[in-house]
Amino acid sequence: MNRYIWLILFALGLAAPFAVYPVFLMKLLCFGLFACTFNLLLGYAGLLSFGHAAFFGGAAYVTGYLVKNSGLTPELGVLAGTLCAGILGFVFGSLAIRRQGIYFAMITLALAQIVYFVALKAPFTGGEDGLQDIPRGMLFGVIDLGKVYAVGGKSLELNLYYFVFAVFCLGFWLICRTINSPFGQVLKAIRENEPRAVSLGYRVERFKLMAFVISAALAGTAGATKALVFQLASLTDANWHTSGEVVLMTLLGGLGTILGPLVGAFTVVTLHSELSSAGSWVTVIIGFTFVVCVLLFRRGVVGELARLLKKSL
Amino acid sequence: MSDFILETKNLTKEFKGFAAVTDVNLRVRRGYIHALIGPNGAGKTTVFNLLTKFHTPTSGTISFNGVDITRERAADIALRGVVRSFQISAVFPHLTPLENVRVALQRKLGTAYHFWKPASTLHRLNDRAMELLDAVGLSDAAGVPTVELSYGRKRALEIATTLALEPELILLDEPTQGMGAEDVGRITALVKRVSTGRTILMVEHNLKVVSTLAGRVTVLQRGAILAEGSYDEVSGDPRVMEAYMGSAHA
Ligand SMILES: Nc1ncnc2c1ncn2[C@@H]1O[C@H](COP(=O)(O)OP(=O)(O)O)[C@@H](O)[C@H]1O
Ligand SMILES: [Mg+2]
Repeated sequence: MNRYIWLILFALGLAAPFAVYPVFLMKLLCFGLFACTFNLLLGYAGLLSFGHAAFFGGAAYVTGYLVKNSGLTPELGVLAGTLCAGILGFVFGSLAIRRQGIYFAMITLALAQIVYFVALKAPFTGGEDGLQDIPRGMLFGVIDLGKVYAVGGKSLELNLYYFVFAVFCLGFWLICRTINSPFGQVLKAIRENEPRAVSLGYRVERFKLMAFVISAALAGTAGATKALVFQLASLTDANWHTSGEVVLMTLLGGLGTILGPLVGAFTVVTLHSELSSAGSWVTVIIGFTFVVCVLLFRRGVVGELARLLKKSL
Repeated sequence: MSDFILETKNLTKEFKGFAAVTDVNLRVRRGYIHALIGPNGAGKTTVFNLLTKFHTPTSGTISFNGVDITRERAADIALRGVVRSFQISAVFPHLTPLENVRVALQRKLGTAYHFWKPASTLHRLNDRAMELLDAVGLSDAAGVPTVELSYGRKRALEIATTLALEPELILLDEPTQGMGAEDVGRITALVKRVSTGRTILMVEHNLKVVSTLAGRVTVLQRGAILAEGSYDEVSGDPRVMEAYMGSAHA
């Protein structure tokens, strides 16, 4: 995609907290990154994971616990969450990768339910309440992420925002790079024609597993970051609803496009917050939006746009 | 080294009790184009799947260059130098022909798992990829989406991709199936050309192609070998005439 578009988006990201409520923006970024990791898996490796909340939520708990109880600095906390999600991804992937299609999805769902159960029952996760009051801490031990700046009558958590924005950019960049790497090229080949890739000498399970681990680890990054933003790791993060929501975000925005999952995540998160007064109708409205979008734009919003512009977005 | 690049002993495959391939002893002579023919459902594709480990044999052994490869993985067979094509064309439709060939070439770079490197590190393979595309007459189409190529050109691309691995033994499953006469002629010439210095085992229905290309023919019927020999020997065999040629000439 055009370099100028990236620069503009980057500048928008830098300026955004002065126009929009930063906590909301950070939520967008966390879910945006989360959707991108899911898209890497389904859109580029052809693997439908129905248990991605386990990585998102699992990492939120790990980071929350370590930052709160072991006094880890936030960047190390996020790193630890990412690593644990990656390891969890390796376990999930190793068990599921040999299965195809719906069986793969079912195994990931079942494994994610185990993680959810642990989050509910384990002594250190806070049960129904989740882990609360996770401190935002001092970045690298020096920058206070909890600091609030008063700008034009508003109080803005700028330190935290720019930390989250940097994490997002790094994660997003890594996903883009993975897609456009020698590895990504083989991944696309596998998605396009798996038997052929095998006959060319590629052990496809290893490639899929590696894609799965990268995706899981970065989903963990997103969850860990979210735990710092909301100072909370809750059951919702690890719930299968969250796994389902990320599928919805990705399909809504455009599977297999770079920007689609971001657009999808932003749409769903915005709908959630705009409609929060509508109570349980939110689910219905989002479901309806989803159905309409899928019927109108089979390739997702960005997918259709890309087709119109004859560009890959 | 033995004259035979590939040998099977009593190769057998059963699908839930149904014997698709029974006691096949196939010997492919190095440097030959060897055709495997037989009526539909005879088990030719299954033999290919067994040889390339896409299926595990129920019993019997396969050896390549004197090494027993019966227990090897499909992907590793390719590393040994055996590359197959498929009955339906096997290209990567949403990659360009150049990228298709590069997928095969890039394994040599040893960076297939490097997700942190830019894809532009693959550009150094472009010259070789273009040579290969040129060899099959596709250099004009290097950058177009592969889905848009005609069927014959997709098959040519498949051969270019296969050649990129510099295999010793190429297995082609009906390379001219579903093609017009012009494409058949082109692919026949191409197979002939790429056979220098290699061995080719091919399943082929078009007997004209078989007679033009194959130095050796094996006839398969109901999973078992019915006859083997040169094209003339085989086509003169009354059993073969009855089982296969008869219907084909009718
Ligand atoms: N995966 C499979 N499962 C069950 N039966 C199969 C399978 N593959 C092939 N067969 C059966 O084996 C027989 C041989 O098929 P095949 O090798 O495709 O024949 P050919 O390529 O000679 O036309 C057919 O009867 C087919 O139905
Ligand atoms: Mg067949």
